[in-house]
Amino acid sequence: MKVSDRLGNAGDDIYAALLKAHEGLDDAESHKLNACLVLLLANEVAEPERLKALFAEARRMAGA
Amino acid sequence: MAHEYAAFDYIPPPGLTGQEPRHPVAIIGAGPVGLALAIDLAQRGIGSVVLDDNNVVSTGSRAICWAKRTLEIFDRLGVGARMLDKGVTWQVGRQFHGAEPVYSFDLLPEPGHRYPAFVNLQQYYVEHYLVERARDFPELIDLRFLNQVVGHTQHDDHVTLTVSTPDGRYDLEAGWLIACDGAKSPTRTRMGLSFEGETFDEHFLIVDVEMTESPFGKEDTPERWFWFDPPFHQGQSALLHKQPDNIYRIDLQLGPESDPEKEAREENVIPRIKAIVGDAPFRLDWMSVYRFRCARLARFVHDRVIFAGDSAHVVSPFGARGGNGGIQDIDNLGWKLAAVITGEAPRKLIGSYDDERGFGADENILHSARATNFMTPKTAVEALFRNAVLRLARDHTFARKLINSGRLSRPCVLDRSPLQTQAQAPHPVGAALTDAPLLGPDGKTWLLGELPLGFSLLHVSDNPIGDSGGLPCIGVGHRAEYPCFEDSEGLMSKRYGSGMTYLVRPDGHVAAAFEDATDKEIARALARAKGENP
Repeated sequence: MKVSDRLGNAGDDIYAALLKAHEGLDDAESHKLNACLVLLLANEVAEPERLKALFAEARRMAGA
Repeated sequence: MAHEYAAFDYIPPPGLTGQEPRHPVAIIGAGPVGLALAIDLAQRGIGSVVLDDNNVVSTGSRAICWAKRTLEIFDRLGVGARMLDKGVTWQVGRQFHGAEPVYSFDLLPEPGHRYPAFVNLQQYYVEHYLVERARDFPELIDLRFLNQVVGHTQHDDHVTLTVSTPDGRYDLEAGWLIACDGAKSPTRTRMGLSFEGETFDEHFLIVDVEMTESPFGKEDTPERWFWFDPPFHQGQSALLHKQPDNIYRIDLQLGPESDPEKEAREENVIPRIKAIVGDAPFRLDWMSVYRFRCARLARFVHDRVIFAGDSAHVVSPFGARGGNGGIQDIDNLGWKLAAVITGEAPRKLIGSYDDERGFGADENILHSARATNFMTPKTAVEALFRNAVLRLARDHTFARKLINSGRLSRPCVLDRSPLQTQAQAPHPVGAALTDAPLLGPDGKTWLLGELPLGFSLLHVSDNPIGDSGGLPCIGVGHRAEYPCFEDSEGLMSKRYGSGMTYLVRPDGHVAAAFEDATDKEIARALARAKGENP
């Protein structure tokens, strides 16, 4: 699938903020955070077909 | 061939036999930062005494990656061309995951600059060139090797230093004391200043090898190669650089649990190098096992004692922000110190060094800490995201750009500093001038090579400037009684616009920009840039 780069120069900032959100959590807590985050971001995207394609792509990446 | 470390002469200082006249400036440390400051001050007519506890240049290559902005500063100081001639020029960083290239970046993808993105050159060469350049100012630079500063006391209008030499101790007075005495700064320790920040647990092995068969392959195109989890060093990271004299720099991540003493033994280093270069013959030139910190002093200016370079702030080596940050410190401090000493600017201008270079240090620490975190994930979830980025990067551009093996040193943009007069302009206010080719009466030249020493105006326009307010002016695109040049390749108008006047600080940063400059506006911006604003 085609995913365009939408982060631009903000990538490092966002990546650092994401890891900061996980700071001090154990693995189970981090796992929960990730689940909540995915649902929140899904709500932001809010396009079923787009989201289904992203889920499939993520699954492909995770399996590879 | 191994580098020959010839000792500099120790000359018994006059202070051993009688009171010396007060020096305007005393600089502790004859490394790149201290020497650059002595030369910068000398070019502005200010004398200094440079005190170093040693009498040889740095052992081992240490700082090797000199960024474009640093080379431009070194050009102004008179050693840039020599560094370019001797050094290895590169601009592409290539990143691998395993054996596969995943992403490469070009640090200077456009022509029209005198200096390249980076030059790799061993620190000992840089120090040699700087010492030789300093000797061009025998009346203004007093280089004293084997002179160890063991104490200092501040007074209202000067600092007293106690110096230890092979012939005993003496006292010395100086108007200002600049501590360029490195990451373990004895000056900082003596003053009991806390040096706060983050220590990383990872050990790294740094090795210089000399070999004629290039590890960059047949073409030997010098680049910066970085591996995550390379086949020759599994589970860790590796970095490769080329230096002059067929010397290659290899950095290997060793993990937090490794034993530094054991890892630094030749019998343990050689198999690691063989895993990278195969059967190609090599000679170990230098090696060291280290850990690093990201830390800074809360303030760089303590009355008449000022810190610059590693004594003020330290970063991880990934990003080449240590040596380059130190030289930018000097670029910022030199003219301010000179202006305060001669009375051209109020003393509080020195405070702006703290603001501007504190901002620079924070930026360097931020990038360097982020790169280190990416390279050496501290928790399972950090490793999870890092590996997800590397996996996604195989297919997706956005993830490639998240790969962080070091965001390399860029010139600091001082747009929020109170010395600058805010304005919208094609060339941003606060940024260091971008170089561009010019055509002058003597042929092809470069913008940055034509700048005068002090404050100046850069006027890019079809018409001469109305009133330069008494400042030296450089003209581009017109003729006038001040030095004028043709925009021979059209890059000046591309980078600076047309019909624009820029007020340029002595360090080449833009202090203000005007479309129709009046002498009153220029005078106001100049006063602000000298720290004269209330």
